[in-house]
Order: sequence, then C-alpha cells, then structure tokens
Amino acid sequence: MAKPEQCGNCTKPATIHLTQIINNKIHKVDLCEDCPFKKGVTDPEGFSLADFLVQSPASLISDKSLKCEACGFSPADFKKTGRFGCPQCYDTFHEILEPMLSNMHKDVVHRGKVPERALARMSRKRRLDQLERDLEESIKSENYEDSARLRDLIAEARTALETT
Amino acid sequence: MLITPLIEAKAELTDGGLAPEPIVLSTRIRLARNLSGEAFPGWGDSSQRVDILERCLDKLSRLPAFKDGTFLQISDLTELEKQVLVERHLVSRELIESEDATGVFIAPSQQLAVMINEEDHLRLQCMRSGFNFRKAWEEADATDSEMEDQLDYAFSDEYGYLTACPTNVGTGLRASAMLHLPGLVMCQHMEKVVRMVNQLGLAVRGSLGEGSEATGSIFQISNQQTLGESEDQIIKRLITILHAIIEQETNARGVLLENQSTMLMDKIGRAYGILRNGHLLSSQEAVNLLSLMRLAVDLGIFPEEKRAHIDRLSMEIQPGHVQCSANADIEPELRDQIRATRIREQFASFPTLDFSRIQISPNLNQED
Ligand SMILES: [Zn+2]
Ligand SMILES: [Zn+2]
Repeated sequence: MAKPEQCGNCTKPATIHLTQIINNKIHKVDLCEDCPFKKGVTDPEGFSLADFLVQSPASLISDKSLKCEACGFSPADFKKTGRFGCPQCYDTFHEILEPMLSNMHKDVVHRGKVPERALARMSRKRRLDQLERDLEESIKSENYEDSARLRDLIAEARTALETT
Repeated sequence: MLITPLIEAKAELTDGGLAPEPIVLSTRIRLARNLSGEAFPGWGDSSQRVDILERCLDKLSRLPAFKDGTFLQISDLTELEKQVLVERHLVSRELIESEDATGVFIAPSQQLAVMINEEDHLRLQCMRSGFNFRKAWEEADATDSEMEDQLDYAFSDEYGYLTACPTNVGTGLRASAMLHLPGLVMCQHMEKVVRMVNQLGLAVRGSLGEGSEATGSIFQISNQQTLGESEDQIIKRLITILHAIIEQETNARGVLLENQSTMLMDKIGRAYGILRNGHLLSSQEAVNLLSLMRLAVDLGIFPEEKRAHIDRLSMEIQPGHVQCSANADIEPELRDQIRATRIREQFASFPTLDFSRIQISPNLNQED
C-alpha cells in the first residue's frame, strides 16, 4: 500500500480524498478528518472564474475608470472575488460579462421563470413615484388643475399598489 | 443546545418517511435570489447585511411554509452546532463561515430551508429523499413565488434572476442528486462516468476512490449552467443523464455479481463483521462500511427495511453528530470509540446476512 498522504491543510495523515472535475480539469484534494469542514473545499460551485475572465478583453478588465455607480464595484474587484457587488453591476460590466456568460451557459438570454408579481408591483411603484414627482412639479409651477388631477391619480396608484 | 429540537424531530430525510431507494439517496433544488437595489452580501457592509437579514426574516416568517419553522442566526451557534447543520445539508459551509448577519430559516419538515446572506441574499433549498425532482421543484417554485410576493427580487429581462456570481445568473437554479455508485467505483468506471457527465455540462462532486476504500461511493451530480434554458429543461436534462448513470451502475453491479461475486460477498461480509464487532471506527471507514451494507440491501442480502436505518446511521456517525450526541467536543480517538459503540449497538439488533441470493461465480480465479 502507498504511504498515507498528508492533509493538504495540516500535517495529519489524509483520510479524505476529494476529486472534482470541472471543465475537464481534475482537482484533487487530500484532507484529514478534521479539516474539510473548516476549509470548505467541498463546495461544488467554488471554482475559479479566472478561466472565464481570460476571454474578456484585457483592456476592459483593467479599465480603472469603470466603476458601478450604484455600489462602487470595479473590474479589479470582480477579478479578485469572481462575484459582483450589486444587481446593477450586470449593466455596468455588460461588456466584460457577455463573453463570460456565453462560455459558461447554454445561452445568454434568460428563458426561465419570471417573478410576475414582483415585477408588476415594482412597475406600479415606479408609476407612483413618477406621479408624485409630477405633482411636486405642478405645485411649484402653480398649475392647480394638473395638481388636482395628479392627486386623484396618485390616490388610485396607491390603492393599486396596496392591493397587490 | 439550540438545535436539539431539530436533531430530535422526525423528518423525512432522516427517518425515511418515504421508502429510500437504491442508488439515488436524495434530490435537492436550490434557488439563488437577491433583493432589488441592494448590494450583494459579499460586498455590502455590516449595516446593509443586518438590514437585509431583518427584512427577509420579517417577510419569511409570514409565509405559510415557514409557520412554526426555526430561525437560527449563525452567530448564536456553537462550532459543533454549525457542523451538525452542515452535516445535515441544512446550511452550506460558506454560510457558517460568516457570522455577520447570516442565518437560516428551516421549515418544520426540514425539507425546506432558506439561507439568508450567504453568497446571495436568499438561497432557498428544497430537499427530498430518493429520486424526486418533480416534488422538490414544485415545492421550491411555490415557495419562491410566495417569497416574491413579499420581496422585490433583483431581476433583469435579459439575464433573469441576478446573482452575486455570474455562474448562477438566469434561473438561479441548482438541481442536484446524491447517488450511491459502489458498482461503478468497484469496476473502476467512475472516472469515465465523471468525464462523460462533465462533458454534458454537469458537475460531479465526490471521491473517485482510487485507494479502493476511501470513498463511501457517494457522488453529487448537479447542473452547472443556469442561463439560457428554462427550469424544466435544466431538470429534464439532468434527469435524463441521471437515468443513464443509474443504468450504468446497475450494469456494473450485474457484471460484479457475474464475475466477482465471491469478492463482493467477502467485502460485504467483512463490512458486516466490522460494523457488528468493531471498537474503533473513523467516520471515513464507517461511511465506507455502511455503503457496502446499503449495497447489501440493494442486492437482497440484507432486509429492505434496513436501508432507512443504514441511511440514518450514515448521517449520525459524522464527526459533528457523534460529538453532539456525546454532548462534548471530543478528540478523534474517543469519537472513533463512541462511533463504533453506537454502530455495534444498532447492529446487534439487525438480522444476519443472507447470501443465498447470490451464486458463486464459477470462473473465480480467472483474473489473477
Ligand atoms: Zn488536516
Ligand atoms: Zn454594482
């Protein structure tokens, strides 16, 4: 029998041998009984995004001026973490993202479930916000007819939002 | 301990509410979801995370699915409790590694759980014993729709559900099955199967067990792609490939029975002997031996109704569970002793093996 391998995390003999094949690359990890729990190596999704990033234009990744307006995330942060800062990053880093997504997934367009109710609620909320801005504007410009009409619309929009 | 009620409660996954099956141990659906306009947990600061946790908790507790459920904040748990939750697949390792406003909401059935502030704001998972994607997806889908009713999800028409990592974007769906494949491991066909499965866009997790014993022969197979296909298509594709693997495993077992039945019976007989009489068992060894006993059930050598007992034991002999039952943080050597005692006690009440179903192969010595 071969000599017992050493744990990849400490010096104890390894008793657990994990193998993972991702994109035809074999990753092997030998660990003792106590370590895998702490190390989190058994996460099947924890593979590096670096492979995918290679396909994105280098100039975009190193573009220092590119930053997500909503959360301040930069391409360098993405390179480091393999994750985004906020939902808006998907817009901000659109160009870096496309080639990556087409390598990772079946297609780059979502064809699955849609959160219908949440989307409807959000669009009603947006409409209400817009109406409130319009009202403010009409009050400022002393346009009383418009203000009255907008107040009715706002009341309607509020009810619509509350009943969904 | 905070999690004692969870451990003691009867649950399908731990008590075989449904009759456990050969080959497919369990099925799981996971959905990654995030709240609109909020930094993802890995990027948000502490106050943002606390705010997300409170909001999600408030909304989730109103859902019928989580009525009488248990919420556990990770920072309230001991290391041992965290380990037990991981061993039960109720939380991920990533979740317990961060104590900053992270938690899990577990439904009373323990088949449904939502992690809050893991990699994504919300990670809903639905687990079933056996090969049961339809039920698991139905429940996950329904709960997701209830959650969506209360919370505004980050969603784009183009990319679908927006997730912290682009590997999950789109459906946010990870469907997976735990498979018991001792036949393929013993025939040394597993590496080939893993490559085939991988080329079809699925991920395999588990040991290939080159050192013949070090494995338990348990593999998790899941989809890797989440964007560009509907949930149904993803699940259907996975099911098709799983059926192919099940067929391969069945064939491998047939080949072993035909050509190497003595070796097979010897392995199972020895496993039974050690489980029944051993006094020191590491978790790895115990998992391997119990894996052979599960195979014995599948082959008709051991009674069918013992499959659920074996599955339950396989969970309870993990390091966290052993320490938890002993009510102490104990050294591995003592753990091995407690583990062996526990298994011995169980096996004392089990029937003996019945090898009469297997015929000894005539060409036994041809290979050497
Ligand atoms: Zn170690
Ligand atoms: Zn951002």
